[in-house]
Amino acid sequence: MIRFLLRKALGLVGVLLAISLVVYAVFYLAPGDPAQLACGEKCSPAQVLQVRERLGLDAPVHLQYAHFLQGIVAGRDFSAGTGLLHCPAPCLGVSYRSGEQVTDMIAARLPVTASLALGAMVIWLVLGVGTGLLSALRRGRLGERLLTALTLAGTAVPVFVIGLVLLIVLCAQLRWLPFPSYTPLTEDPQQWFWGLLLPWFSLALIESAKYARLTRSAVLETLAEDHIRTFRAYGVGERRLVTRHALRGALTPVIALTALDLGTMFGSAVLTESLFGLPGLGKLLVTSVGLIDLPTVVGLTLVTGFCVVLANVVADVLYAVTDRRVVLT
Amino acid sequence: MSPEPLVQVRDLVVDFPVGDGHLRAVDGVGFTLEAGQALGIVGESGSGKSTVASALLGLHRGTGARTGGSVLVAGVDAVTAEGEELRRLRGGSAAMVFQDPLSALDPYHAVGDQIAEVVRVHRPVSRRAARARAVEVLDRVGIADPARRSRSRPHEFSGGMRQRVLIAMALACEPRLLVADEPTTALDVTVQAQILDLLHELRTETGAGLVLVTHDLGVVAGSVDRVLVMKDGRAVEHGPVADVLGAPREPYTRALLSAVPRIDAPAAPGQGTGPGEVLLEATDLRREFATRGGLTRRTAPVTAVDGVSLTVRAGETLGIVGESGSGKTTLGRMLVRLLEPTGGRLHYRGRDIGALGERELRPLRRELQMVFQDPVASLNPRRTIGESVADPLRVAGERDERRIRARVGELLERVGLDADWYHRYPHEFSGGQRQRVGIARALAPGPRLIVCDEPVSALDVTTQAHVVALLGELQRDLGLALVFVAHDLAVVRQVSDRVAVMRAGRIVEQGDADTVYDSPQHPYTKGLLAAVPVLDPVEATARRHARLAAAGA
Repeated sequence: MIRFLLRKALGLVGVLLAISLVVYAVFYLAPGDPAQLACGEKCSPAQVLQVRERLGLDAPVHLQYAHFLQGIVAGRDFSAGTGLLHCPAPCLGVSYRSGEQVTDMIAARLPVTASLALGAMVIWLVLGVGTGLLSALRRGRLGERLLTALTLAGTAVPVFVIGLVLLIVLCAQLRWLPFPSYTPLTEDPQQWFWGLLLPWFSLALIESAKYARLTRSAVLETLAEDHIRTFRAYGVGERRLVTRHALRGALTPVIALTALDLGTMFGSAVLTESLFGLPGLGKLLVTSVGLIDLPTVVGLTLVTGFCVVLANVVADVLYAVTDRRVVLT
Repeated sequence: MSPEPLVQVRDLVVDFPVGDGHLRAVDGVGFTLEAGQALGIVGESGSGKSTVASALLGLHRGTGARTGGSVLVAGVDAVTAEGEELRRLRGGSAAMVFQDPLSALDPYHAVGDQIAEVVRVHRPVSRRAARARAVEVLDRVGIADPARRSRSRPHEFSGGMRQRVLIAMALACEPRLLVADEPTTALDVTVQAQILDLLHELRTETGAGLVLVTHDLGVVAGSVDRVLVMKDGRAVEHGPVADVLGAPREPYTRALLSAVPRIDAPAAPGQGTGPGEVLLEATDLRREFATRGGLTRRTAPVTAVDGVSLTVRAGETLGIVGESGSGKTTLGRMLVRLLEPTGGRLHYRGRDIGALGERELRPLRRELQMVFQDPVASLNPRRTIGESVADPLRVAGERDERRIRARVGELLERVGLDADWYHRYPHEFSGGQRQRVGIARALAPGPRLIVCDEPVSALDVTTQAHVVALLGELQRDLGLALVFVAHDLAVVRQVSDRVAVMRAGRIVEQGDADTVYDSPQHPYTKGLLAAVPVLDPVEATARRHARLAAAGA
């Protein structure tokens, strides 16, 4: 177990290094001058030069990268106008644009995206696995058809269409739900919940059809296995056969897919975030790319990369916990 | 007035839906069984014997099959019983011991929990009490340290131990009838003997009735009072075990009995050219596998083959027998270099091939071929059998499509199939025919040596006899050297000129087949031979007593 975690941690460092290198490379190959952009349209060449120096953009690329790595391990100091700005480790740099520390920017937005992703996950698991179970066991009944149609429609229609329709109908017309907004969970749990309910649903609908299909096929496959026949021959009821034996076998692929989806959600829930005006990571990423704000982009990619890898490690551990035949190496 | 019999089956008919119509799997079978008695149902695959066993518990209900006649088990009609009554029957008054102990248990739950679950279906007891009952029955079937082992999952047990767990599950609610469907088919002979002894002991102890379904006539000989022989869904012969096996009345029973390979009959192979030049020579061959431990621990590498030396000559058959885990399959694969030895030397026609790379082995591959155990798994289900047989020809560089077709047709005929079947798919064939395809494929490149890994262990006795005869014929005509790897001692004797007995990666005894079987020197060989079921019921009972006495001493 310890060996397993050590190896995964090493792998994680490798992945993150590779990501940051690629992002740096793309930025220096792409057109546009960050210093000019940071300074603004009306800057004189002298002012731009000054800004460039202040941001450390005058150093050779490899040195800039080295400074960036050094910042993560040991922290860095930046000259900010009059004095020095100390950025403690792990320092991901300072935004070219706002002069804010990237770690602060991410820390402010991470709870938003995390709330959105985790809440949506709960809903898509309940909806997807439930629909899958129903379609495995009660194929053709009315409830099953309705749920299957709902999940398929949710996947087929883009999130901004569904989200917009729900927004107009539920919030504007019927006024059943408040307009989506983000309130920290620690501040007011009730408001946090109601404010995020609609975004959760919109996001979960896209994912749930996938989970319904996966659950359905896995449950049907397990129900055809010999050990199900054993328990049927011992008088175990059908309901118990499904909940205790068949669903257990379906758990493994669902865990794997959930981990992947959850990990990617941290960087790619941008459509949902923009639509509902939630200040999350995805939204920040899109803005920063437009502004060629290298430190922010690198920081965000590293954080989302970290989330993807972490989610997969968690999935591996869950595998071993749910299925004792799995050995972690 | 005698009490009502435990089981009374009358005019049982089972039809399975096939396409638009129905296939009659069981056709008018009837028998009775008294408490404490044992009935053996024997027959080849497709005879309907397992279908009869399932019908005793009403397991065809809800599968689309049509069941007719009456099946009275402990006063309940399994054909018509509904709901609670049916559930009480299943596991409560009659319990099934399933075959294939790996897949018959849920891989995700501890075995003790699985048994406890069955207990709680039938008895209004607490979780703790059900768990305690599970430990009790595990102890009863001879699982050492049952309290701790009850928390293990199925994959942590050996095949024989898993079969014991399944028997324990059947015992959990003290049923009046045990139905055992091929309970020892996947097991080694010594383990098979232990399981059969256990079933026998439980029956005498609890007074339960036993229905034992098997394809192996040797298994019923020592374990049942009466035998029912089935063929194509019908009962062909039915009577006391000594009469049916000793003086069969029906021609089918006689044919079945004569197809059973005898361990005491001298071998008849090697009528051909006799042993020629030395083809393959292994010296101190070894193979280790790295293993993975549990969540935290690491284990040392496992030695599967531990210093084996042998020679194979042209035109002779070397039999390699051993129980599962003895390393015989690993050895077989190394001999044709599907595996690389981790130690020792392997010479083929004087050349050291033990450490050759894949590129240098390429030209030798056509001379060293292999036939696999499972003819279903070793043929690609999405390709026609003709394509499968043609593969080695194409690999060897043959490009002329007409010549390939002609050669494949020739090969199919050579193994007793029709040349026109080129375009058929594996699922259209029976097990024996599929194994013939496997043999045709091995013959295609024109090999000098074929390693057959359990080539007939998945087949019925009569099919087995045909495939074995085919291999002998091919050897005679083509001067092939055969290495015949199997766990079945009787089959190995039937085909082999020389025999090597393997145990724990080593050859414990090697020599002329008749010598090894008639005067075994090593205690392990003696034990193996003693565990083989015999067809004579009297002899079988005597051997059981000898085993029990030896165990008690």
